[in-house]
Amino acid sequence: MREFFRQARYVVAENPVTGVAFALFLVFVVVALFGPALAPHSPLASNTAEALHPPDAQHWFGTDQLGRDVFSRIVVATRLDLGIAAGAVALAFVFGTGMGLAAGFFGGWADRIIGRLTDTIMAFPLFVLAMGIVAAMGNTVTNIIYATAIINLPLYARLARAEANIRRDAGYVEAARLAGNSEIRIVVAHILPNIMPLMVVQASLTLGYAILNAAGLSFIGLGVRPPTAEWGIMVAEGASSIVSGEWWEALFPGLALMLAVFCFNLLGDGLRDVIDPRNRT
Amino acid sequence: MTSLLTVEDLSIEFRTRSGTVRAIEHAGFQVHPGETLAMVGESGSGKSVTCLAIMGILDAAGRVTSGRIAFRGRDLLHEREACLREIRGRDIAMIFQNPRTALNPIRTAGQQIADVLIQHAGLTPGAARQRAVEMLGQVRIPDPERRARAYPFELSGGMCQRVMIAMALSCQPALLIADEPTTGLDVTTQAVIMELIDEIARTERTATLLITHDLALASEHADRIAVMHAGHVVETAPTQELLVKPRHPYTQSLIAATPGPAAALADLAAIPGSLPDLRREDLPSCRYSERCGRHDKACDAPLSPRLLADNHSVACRHPL
Repeated sequence: MREFFRQARYVVAENPVTGVAFALFLVFVVVALFGPALAPHSPLASNTAEALHPPDAQHWFGTDQLGRDVFSRIVVATRLDLGIAAGAVALAFVFGTGMGLAAGFFGGWADRIIGRLTDTIMAFPLFVLAMGIVAAMGNTVTNIIYATAIINLPLYARLARAEANIRRDAGYVEAARLAGNSEIRIVVAHILPNIMPLMVVQASLTLGYAILNAAGLSFIGLGVRPPTAEWGIMVAEGASSIVSGEWWEALFPGLALMLAVFCFNLLGDGLRDVIDPRNRT
Repeated sequence: MTSLLTVEDLSIEFRTRSGTVRAIEHAGFQVHPGETLAMVGESGSGKSVTCLAIMGILDAAGRVTSGRIAFRGRDLLHEREACLREIRGRDIAMIFQNPRTALNPIRTAGQQIADVLIQHAGLTPGAARQRAVEMLGQVRIPDPERRARAYPFELSGGMCQRVMIAMALSCQPALLIADEPTTGLDVTTQAVIMELIDEIARTERTATLLITHDLALASEHADRIAVMHAGHVVETAPTQELLVKPRHPYTQSLIAATPGPAAALADLAAIPGSLPDLRREDLPSCRYSERCGRHDKACDAPLSPRLLADNHSVACRHPL
């Protein structure tokens, strides 16, 4: 663990952008954990007298059509948006990696079945597939997580399959077999740790994508329902008032989305440097 | 003397798209406790396939069609997979020709040795780490404490091979299979590594099956030599006897083709022709006959190795 932190410090010193991403990530995590306590106003309390109030000292990001504080809503929504993304990515990571390892390492029937399954998922435009799943199963938070996980699954399965397949005949796999390791142990103890850096980078990149996807679903009305605070809904609600000059209602949640995606994309590169021992020189 | 490993009448086929490759045919040899047997032959003669068959990890396309591989009286070909896993690494260990790729790139040298100890010797992780450092010292890696924390990419090729040797010998196996252990290393490192294997094998009383294409290397380190050609064991004899008095024409050509300290490069005799295509339906019973100067009609009759003298057997109708 101590080595991990030493490595992390080295990577940040080498590449300050990674440091920014890590800092941003920490901010997002803190806001997600303590959001409701940090918000200056209630995210749901409407006050029509103050509707569409531009940003000022009282309401930093202004208020929306119902007079709710945009800043508070963005802060409170962080937990929901990150939660959906994290849940979906965790599911896709575990199942996708498992399937990919099985397909890539054992080949044969496992490969054929898993390969066709991912092909089937990839055959649809992914966002449309997510829309379909949520529309069919009902728009609850759980279903949004499942839908986002399913459209992310092929990305993990394919990457894990390709990487496991390359390493199937590697010298150290043969050596592990000759040292008396079972096939399962070889996959878990030797192949998986070797492809982990790639999978973690993938996870970080898809985390941004998952946030966009969840927000997108809410934006078109298939995701979380109003009046819940959620970035996608807020952008959708604010979109109509941009033309009349009230830009703040849509801009700030949009910025939050952009920052989150930006953060996870940068984080991916940084994480790879920290995890992969080959970079420790 | 009872033998540690007995291979009898072993035949192995590979089913491929372009036909059945009869990679090994009626091969037989023995390894006695504590001795070093070198298996010598050119590329494709079936040395490595024989090792993989002994370890029981032949490729899925490969099939043992006949024979017996007995290790301490147990038939390895009919043993359950779980038992084989017990034997691998603990009783029979193996080192390969490319130590760099044979080590897991993201685990430290110490961890990889400890893994074997935890699995086979039942040590606790702490004790295994301790023992791993001792093993690194035993294979004469300077500063073993620090090297145990090094990743393979931080070590030189020779160093990696020492780690492999430490891994292989950590459970004090009865048999060490060394498949071209020095091919990927430079000459000076080669000598050091071979001496190390020799010495540890001697002190631990480990039998060694040394696979090599280098007759000179084999003659320096082996007690006995088995010469392979195109999947046949053509001659087996004690090292000195084989070098001084080879009986198989192939062995003789092989010796003539091996550079010695005195011989000029021009004096080396290349062996004419190449290995026959092992997919052919009409392979002659003596697979060397098409390259052999002593070939005649009698050579076409079925052939099996003959014991010429004590410990010296040859598979040839017209031995020298």
